[in-house]
Amino acid sequence: MSRTTLDLWVGLFVLIGAAALLFLSLRVGNLSSANFAETYPIRVQFDNIGGLKVRAPVKSAGVVVGRVSDIRLDIESYRAQVIMDLDKRFEFPRDTVASILTSGLLGEQYIGLDAGADDEMLKGGDGLPIGQSAVVLEKLIGQFMFNKAAE
Amino acid sequence: MMGRSVSFVRRLGASVVDGIWRLGFATRFMVLLLVYSGQSFRRLHLTIREIYFSGVLSLLIIIVSGLFVGMVLGLQGYETLQRFGSGDALGVLVALSLTRELGPVVAGLLFASRAGSAVTAEIGLMKTTEQLKAMDMMAVSPIARVVAPRFWGGVISMPFLAAIFSTMGVVGGWLIGVVFIGVDAGAFWSQMQAAVDFRYDVLNGVIKSVVFGVAVSLIAVFEGYDCTPTAEGVSRAITRTVVSSALAILALDFVLTSFMFRG
Repeated sequence: MSRTTLDLWVGLFVLIGAAALLFLSLRVGNLSSANFAETYPIRVQFDNIGGLKVRAPVKSAGVVVGRVSDIRLDIESYRAQVIMDLDKRFEFPRDTVASILTSGLLGEQYIGLDAGADDEMLKGGDGLPIGQSAVVLEKLIGQFMFNKAAE
Repeated sequence: MMGRSVSFVRRLGASVVDGIWRLGFATRFMVLLLVYSGQSFRRLHLTIREIYFSGVLSLLIIIVSGLFVGMVLGLQGYETLQRFGSGDALGVLVALSLTRELGPVVAGLLFASRAGSAVTAEIGLMKTTEQLKAMDMMAVSPIARVVAPRFWGGVISMPFLAAIFSTMGVVGGWLIGVVFIGVDAGAFWSQMQAAVDFRYDVLNGVIKSVVFGVAVSLIAVFEGYDCTPTAEGVSRAITRTVVSSALAILALDFVLTSFMFRG
């Protein structure tokens, strides 16, 4: 086989391979939608984070605006400290409320942000007031049983 | 009785020494291979030729098997998922299992048996017919001229083949799930995109395929170079290439997975 045909085939092969990689990253993966160029970190504490995981989405009005980057236990208050990276394009007032929500009945857990009305905006490294904890099903059932018993 | 047990211990010792010797030889061979790589890259068309033989000619088997693996995943996945009322998550199942595991692993196994065995046979036969020695006599390093291009051809082809395999698998899953069974196309793609992370899933899959490419290519060229220069020796070397590549891929896959996806 002559060298030019060989080169042509190898070039085609590399092109198909690159197209497959592009397909995987753009159409299958979420490189296009969830690639936040610049982010700023915000701290928030929760009494109970339920099943929240690192890389869980942070949504405001249902739109993904960031991701959870770190979860650790604050040893002084015994609360969960969650650090989330928010997209630089979206600024939130200082009195924004963070709560842990579940998408669907059995879906994954995410952080929902409800914007407040403060004039000052959050800056990188700021902390939010204590967030609304995840709903733990056992506690909910326990409360229901307790109320029933009290009737 | 005494004599038999002594000869057993002797044979054990000989096989251990032999194994260590081979390991050392393989390591020296790898270092030589990397040292001579620069020389062989200066004549790039040698490597391009090998990409053609191990990459382009493997395309058909990769595309067809990727499509079928994806279609089977679509059928089986839907069968199980719809019991829990979450048939919409079919896209997630297909895409995650392909990008993380099946793409690199199955493509690697196919690559080892399609291209790795051919490379071993070629180098083994060159050794048997003393072509490698003849090159040495002409002051042409057989590692730079024969071995390194075949190694790099495999290493370069493997990630592309794995990506093509995963892509064809997703297409196969889409074909069965959306076109034939009737899963909602929007839910199929959007749930897939929400669940598959570029760095965590796609990139880790690519890293896996690069590692498998290095392992398979190294085993293939080494077995060929190291084979006993007889017809039987070449056939044994080819068998060893396929068996040890398959074992290496599965073992490396476990190690890589335990580092990458710790939950």
